Amino acid sequence: MTTIAELPPGFADKVLSAQSTFRSVMDAMARPGSVQRIVPMAGAPGMMMRGTAAIALTLFDHDTPLWLDARMAESSDVLKWLKFHTGAPVVQDSSIASFALISDGGALPSLERFALGTSEYPDRSTTVIIQVDSLNSGRSFELRGPGIDGVASLEASIKPFDLFERLRFNEALFPRGIDVVLVADDAVVAIPRTTRVVSKGS
Amino acid sequence: MNAPAYNFAYLDEQTKRMIRRAILKAIAIPGYQVPFASREMPMPYGWGTGGVQVTAAILGPQDVLKVIDQGSDDTTNAISIRKFFAKTAGVATTTATDEATVIQTRHRIPETALHENQVLVYQVPIPEPLRFLEPRETETRRMHALAEYGLMHVKLYEDIARFGHIATAYAYPVKVNARYVMDPSPTPKFDNPKMDNCPALQLFGAGREKRIYAIPPYTQVVSLDFEDHPFEPYRFNAPCALCGAENSYLDEIVTDDKGGRMFVCSDTDYCEGRQAAGHHGSLSAAPYKEKAHG
Repeated sequence: MTTIAELPPGFADKVLSAQSTFRSVMDAMARPGSVQRIVPMAGAPGMMMRGTAAIALTLFDHDTPLWLDARMAESSDVLKWLKFHTGAPVVQDSSIASFALISDGGALPSLERFALGTSEYPDRSTTVIIQVDSLNSGRSFELRGPGIDGVASLEASIKPFDLFERLRFNEALFPRGIDVVLVADDAVVAIPRTTRVVSKGS
Repeated sequence: MNAPAYNFAYLDEQTKRMIRRAILKAIAIPGYQVPFASREMPMPYGWGTGGVQVTAAILGPQDVLKVIDQGSDDTTNAISIRKFFAKTAGVATTTATDEATVIQTRHRIPETALHENQVLVYQVPIPEPLRFLEPRETETRRMHALAEYGLMHVKLYEDIARFGHIATAYAYPVKVNARYVMDPSPTPKFDNPKMDNCPALQLFGAGREKRIYAIPPYTQVVSLDFEDHPFEPYRFNAPCALCGAENSYLDEIVTDDKGGRMFVCSDTDYCEGRQAAGHHGSLSAAPYKEKAHG
């Protein structure tokens, strides 16, 4: 049984750490495929990575319903840490979540089960944060779309292996769709719904 | 110095989180107007409350802030917003476009080309390009959902029918990433081509109307037009009277009551930079001998 005093800490400097983390995430979203670093570190509970924890502290609060994958939802350390530091309500229904935290990409549910937004309000969609093995080595991918000057290349080791194939549904759905943030330790890459990804093989 | 009674950059953290989430969605859906819970700011609506909230949400202590109003660093609006952030966030400020990391602007895009490490924040009075054609929010929202933009083309066509050319000179509608028609804020249409494929991130904040939208870097931005009436940026046919520039956007300044007037660059930093580099116009007294303000 973990008490509040034993929980990993939040940001040492709430204001400036949140600002710096946000700028990394904003730059990642504005330049898909580019690897941004999250500098300020907070403690991270259980299987949550340092980057994920910093993003949670920066963007989550009582206004953002949160969906956790089974491995996260089963960890009382994660639940307590999120509740104490962010106050974000954890929901069972993924279709109303503002954010989803995925620690086990292999068990990523079908993306249609998250909020996709509506044609009138496409911003009311889930941002899916997926923890991955590596964002600097692995399979290479070619990315195109807004934010990218021509073609961006990304080398990443990602589960599920077919993530980018599954994200192709964004093309037909646009402007509805799913925005993905990939986290590997302190590295972050964003794949907004406008990005088209082609696998270049290994 | 931080004023002790305020949080860094004035806004409280919960407000910043809300604005930051809106900015991320705005970037993910280029040109789409994301509703946000705009706060009252210590300045009147119309003075840039939307831009100020966006700037406050992204600004950090390492940033160098530039604020322009109609291209000028020296007008009341620009000076008070610059001082506001110097006081509440303790950030460095500059008037040099090159040195700035965050540029908040009212109604102009700097002449100097922007680079990748910059964010341009626009102050927007009326974010909905279709508002004067269709007053109902429910209807304009539906029109955006269906990409039903025929009405906007009719408006531009009516210009042609009435004046022989597209007479819209500012807030000229653009289509972003081949999907959303967007109001570029009341910038002169001279600036529209600068938005296309721009290396810098462009964020738009409308405080009274409670909307945030964005153009990611390297995104296609096309000014609406017709095949037989292509989009043309407008510029007075004169060189700047102070620096002699022939490719900058000009302000017309009335100098007497006998019809005298002069044309000068609207972008003061660009004009001063050129004068410091030795360019002179027909009416420059000797401003190149004066020290550029900093």
